[in-house]
Amino acid sequence: MTNRIHPVLIAFTILIYLFLLGPLIIIFGASLSDTTYLTFPPQGLSLRWFENIWEISAFRRTIVTSLQMAILGTSIALLIGIPAAYALNRYRIALPGWLSTLFVLPILVPEIVIGFSLLRSVTVQAGIPVWYALLIGHTLLVIPYVIRVVSASLASFDFSIEEAAVSLGSHPAKTFFTIVLPNIRSGVIAAFILSFITSINDVSVSLFLTGPGISTLPIQLLAHMEQFFDPTIASVSVVLMLLTIIVMIIVERTLGLAIVAK
Amino acid sequence: MKRIAGWMLASPATLAITLLLVLPVAATIGMTFGPSDGGPWGIVQPYANFFDSAFQRRVLWRTFEVAGWVTVISLAAGLVTAYVVARCPPWMKSTLVVLAVFPLLTGVVVRSFAWLVLLGRQGMINEFLLWTGMIEAPLSMLYTPGAVIVAMVYIFVPLMVLVLVGVLENIPEDLLQASSSLGAGPVASFVQVTLPLAVPGLIVGAVLVFTASFTSYATPHLLGGSRQMMMGTFLQQRAMVAFDWPGAAVVAAIMLAVIVATVLVMTRLARRLNPMAT
Repeated sequence: MTNRIHPVLIAFTILIYLFLLGPLIIIFGASLSDTTYLTFPPQGLSLRWFENIWEISAFRRTIVTSLQMAILGTSIALLIGIPAAYALNRYRIALPGWLSTLFVLPILVPEIVIGFSLLRSVTVQAGIPVWYALLIGHTLLVIPYVIRVVSASLASFDFSIEEAAVSLGSHPAKTFFTIVLPNIRSGVIAAFILSFITSINDVSVSLFLTGPGISTLPIQLLAHMEQFFDPTIASVSVVLMLLTIIVMIIVERTLGLAIVAK
Repeated sequence: MKRIAGWMLASPATLAITLLLVLPVAATIGMTFGPSDGGPWGIVQPYANFFDSAFQRRVLWRTFEVAGWVTVISLAAGLVTAYVVARCPPWMKSTLVVLAVFPLLTGVVVRSFAWLVLLGRQGMINEFLLWTGMIEAPLSMLYTPGAVIVAMVYIFVPLMVLVLVGVLENIPEDLLQASSSLGAGPVASFVQVTLPLAVPGLIVGAVLVFTASFTSYATPHLLGGSRQMMMGTFLQQRAMVAFDWPGAAVVAAIMLAVIVATVLVMTRLARRLNPMAT
């Protein structure tokens, strides 16, 4: 497979990778600048813009909200998504075909349409408080990822092991937790990570579901950019990128990155 | 018995999506059909009003244009890159895949912000060009369709590369060896063997990129602003700035219709063009 790739193609690929990574490197450099404006290469190294993140209370609050949404939303999605994925694989014949289509709707329907519809129905008509509406939005958003990734690992699970345990007298629920769950563990971890990243980066659903005092980090970043153009944004971006790198290392160590590309 | 067990396990997810997604979205679409002001178009009057406005037609058309260009450029760049990546030795391939996954996991806001820094009036590209003396006054590159297209290509190329690396790797090596042993050069092999086999994957990638760019918000908001309004930013502006919810609902319904039509037509096309299909 290694035989002769045309040099022009290789040069083009190098350019594409420079295009992909260059801007991220520039953000990284700009975040370290000692100036009050964004510049690259950085002039005078300083970490003061990183300290500034914690000094701005709006960032402190929204980082907490974003983490709450990502952790709680993903956990709820796992709680209702794993049984659904299990049912789809175990009782496929007994369930109607449209069910798997229903489960991908949160990806198919544009996020911004979901956000606007939730604002109308959940926040305004049903009068559900903003924080809960935001949680509903984030849970919905990640359900398809949970079902898809967990289904993929259930597809390679041999259900006859489970049947063997049940026929030997093990309670079905106990069998699930002692036999099935340990076997699909890597799928569940992958689903959690993928959902967490999707939730923490979300803009379009959160856009409509933030209210007075309650907002997520990406929405706060957008609001901050409209007023200030200082390196704080760059340093928040770097913190998010470092978080991504940590997540990638965990994924690589536990499962291999191939799972994300699926 | 199996039916009951299956339904019991699937019901929380089914209920959640039905009650919290299907019904709210259906209600949004429902509110677009109404005898609003009793115009000549009856219940589709709100849509007639939408298309009546030259500004709104322009927003819709611009969204098609931008999403179309982003899809075409991402396909071309992604195909070449994926072709090279798929043919690299294994250690290099895994490094290149990781380098493509990394930007993908970084948020859209962060990645759009990078282009705000690069393309701004006092941005790095302008400073560089002024420094070299190639220009005398800074160029205004922000808030143009080009700025939105560049940033979106930047955002979607990694996705395209990952989808296409997967597709190209699945093409059996024997086929390429057979074609070269029968005398086909690399170009002929690519055009006659690789490309037809990659068509279904190319369509999947194109649908992903087109639908995501057609409905995106953060990138057109930051790099296009109110001057280059697209459907996503227009929906937000109608709903949250103008508080014209019926108008916003019409925008939402049109977006949904475009996305559903694109997915249906393209999946059918992918099935028809698949040379491996029976």
